[in-house]
Amino acid sequence: MDWSALLLSIKLAVATALLLVPLAIAVAHALAWRRFPGKAAVEAVVALPLVLPPTVLGYYLLATFAPTSSLGHLYQGITGSTLAFSFAGLLVASVIANIPFAVQPVQRGLESIAPEVREAAWLCGMSPWRVFWKIELPLAWPGILTAAVLVFAHTLGEFGVVLMVGGNIPGETRTIAIAIYDRAQALDDRAAGAMSATLLLLAFASIGFVYWLDRARRRRG
Amino acid sequence: MAENSLSVRLTQSGPIPLAAEFSCAAGEMLALVGPSGSGKTTILRAIAGVYRPRAGDIRCNGEVWLDRAAGIDLPPQARHAGLVFQNYALFPHLDAVRNIEAALGHLAPGARRARALELLDRVHLTGLEHRLPRELSGGQQQRVALARALARDPKVLLLDEPFSAVDQVTRRRLQRELAQLRRQLAIPIVLVTHDLEEAGFLADRMVVLQRGETLQSGPPFDVMARPRTLQVARLVDFRNLFHGEIVAHEADHTRLAWRGYTLEAPLSPQYGIGSRVCWGILPAHCIVHRRDRPSHGERENPIAGTIGEFLPFGENASVSMWIDGDRDLELTLSLPLHVARRNGLAAGSELRVTLLREGIHLMPWEPLDRSIERSGPSRAGLPRETTPRV
Repeated sequence: MDWSALLLSIKLAVATALLLVPLAIAVAHALAWRRFPGKAAVEAVVALPLVLPPTVLGYYLLATFAPTSSLGHLYQGITGSTLAFSFAGLLVASVIANIPFAVQPVQRGLESIAPEVREAAWLCGMSPWRVFWKIELPLAWPGILTAAVLVFAHTLGEFGVVLMVGGNIPGETRTIAIAIYDRAQALDDRAAGAMSATLLLLAFASIGFVYWLDRARRRRG
Repeated sequence: MAENSLSVRLTQSGPIPLAAEFSCAAGEMLALVGPSGSGKTTILRAIAGVYRPRAGDIRCNGEVWLDRAAGIDLPPQARHAGLVFQNYALFPHLDAVRNIEAALGHLAPGARRARALELLDRVHLTGLEHRLPRELSGGQQQRVALARALARDPKVLLLDEPFSAVDQVTRRRLQRELAQLRRQLAIPIVLVTHDLEEAGFLADRMVVLQRGETLQSGPPFDVMARPRTLQVARLVDFRNLFHGEIVAHEADHTRLAWRGYTLEAPLSPQYGIGSRVCWGILPAHCIVHRRDRPSHGERENPIAGTIGEFLPFGENASVSMWIDGDRDLELTLSLPLHVARRNGLAAGSELRVTLLREGIHLMPWEPLDRSIERSGPSRAGLPRETTPRV
């Protein structure tokens, strides 16, 4: 059992969820209620990581992170290290790969709020910011929590993008999914089995929680 | 424009066509009536600022809320309109008192609870402050919505079919409460309804709308008794519509030729002699002749016929009379059930009525839809006494 890989995975999953959920709320807010040109294209881009092979996403991210690219160059200029094969790079990749898992539940949560309820809040004199905090966020929280759990669970098990962008550096980029692959390749069935069972349990608990949340929300009406 | 009043003028050709113009004084209740899709709710939403029409202007309390030409379009927060939504739109995660506190942002935080409780008391909900909306009945939710709409001391109160989602008994009670409450409110109140009876009971004036266009406005019973056109007549459920021809204008009345009868109508010199008109009479203006005791008044526009349909409704009966036995020419009248019983009225019996001269209402000629002229039960079978249709 590679505890450092499990810890790294949890750290990555938590960081991804913390970064991505606020971002997803902003994007979902615009997608749920605003009408703007190119909305369909934005929605398609948001959903794209769902259907794109992780290796393809990983390949493009790797190319973007390379010190020869402008982004990679900029990052190296500021931090002195490269984005590729680093935890920071892994985090950026993970955020991008998880966009649909975060945006879609939040968007559904926001869309479930009746338009009249938001209008009533405006008519109560509440500013858009206050409507967001007092009405929209409390009513959409099951969607937001679902997004956080899905992002957490999905990041924990992400393999293709991590391998492409992060490689397999112990303590830096070797996540539990990479460690399982590594141990299985080395015919270390005990370690691979223990880690796989851990991931299975975590995934089941996460998805179970999401379904429980959904049922609780429906019961409340 | 008078102080504290509301004036609305909205024009757009699409996506929802609007050609509405009306005003409402402080303390006045104005009913917007019309069929589904006539733009009533859209107009209310435009006043509140949650619907943005392409052209028009809305002024309230001396302020310009909307003036498209001048580029003014105040957001809902700045308009101070209280709106009771048709489905109430309460905040589902907040209890009754917090729903009201949400609209008390203009008060100091320490003063909000006391004011919210005061408003709940005003709508008779004391004791239910901590119930969530889903734990309240429809009528109670409506009261919370009303209290919330009043919480901000609105400059206009807008009610969107506020009684449509409650049962009949609750509706009657809420209507009475609203009638009492409005006497304490010195602001314009606009009520959207498709219920003419409700408009007549609650409103000082009503505006008839169709496809976003204001067709006629006035005191409800004036509009219902004297529709300006056939279109309005149909929208206010004016039955007994016919075609006739002006034959003469006398000193105090106009003579109208209709199906072999010459009827006396109120003097209407605006219609030339020989011109064709539409005319109608409300059921309440058709007086049944008593068989046992003929009276002098029976010389006024007497009409004879056979009862085609006799429908008791509670204390009244709706009677369809086939004029001169012609099944395609029907006159609907309404009379107390005891009068009908005393005169032995039933389907198939002969009947003579007087069309009160002052009740005959003339309108410009328009083709009558045959289905209107022939409205009523199927002509198949013999006349029979039918069961109440309530």
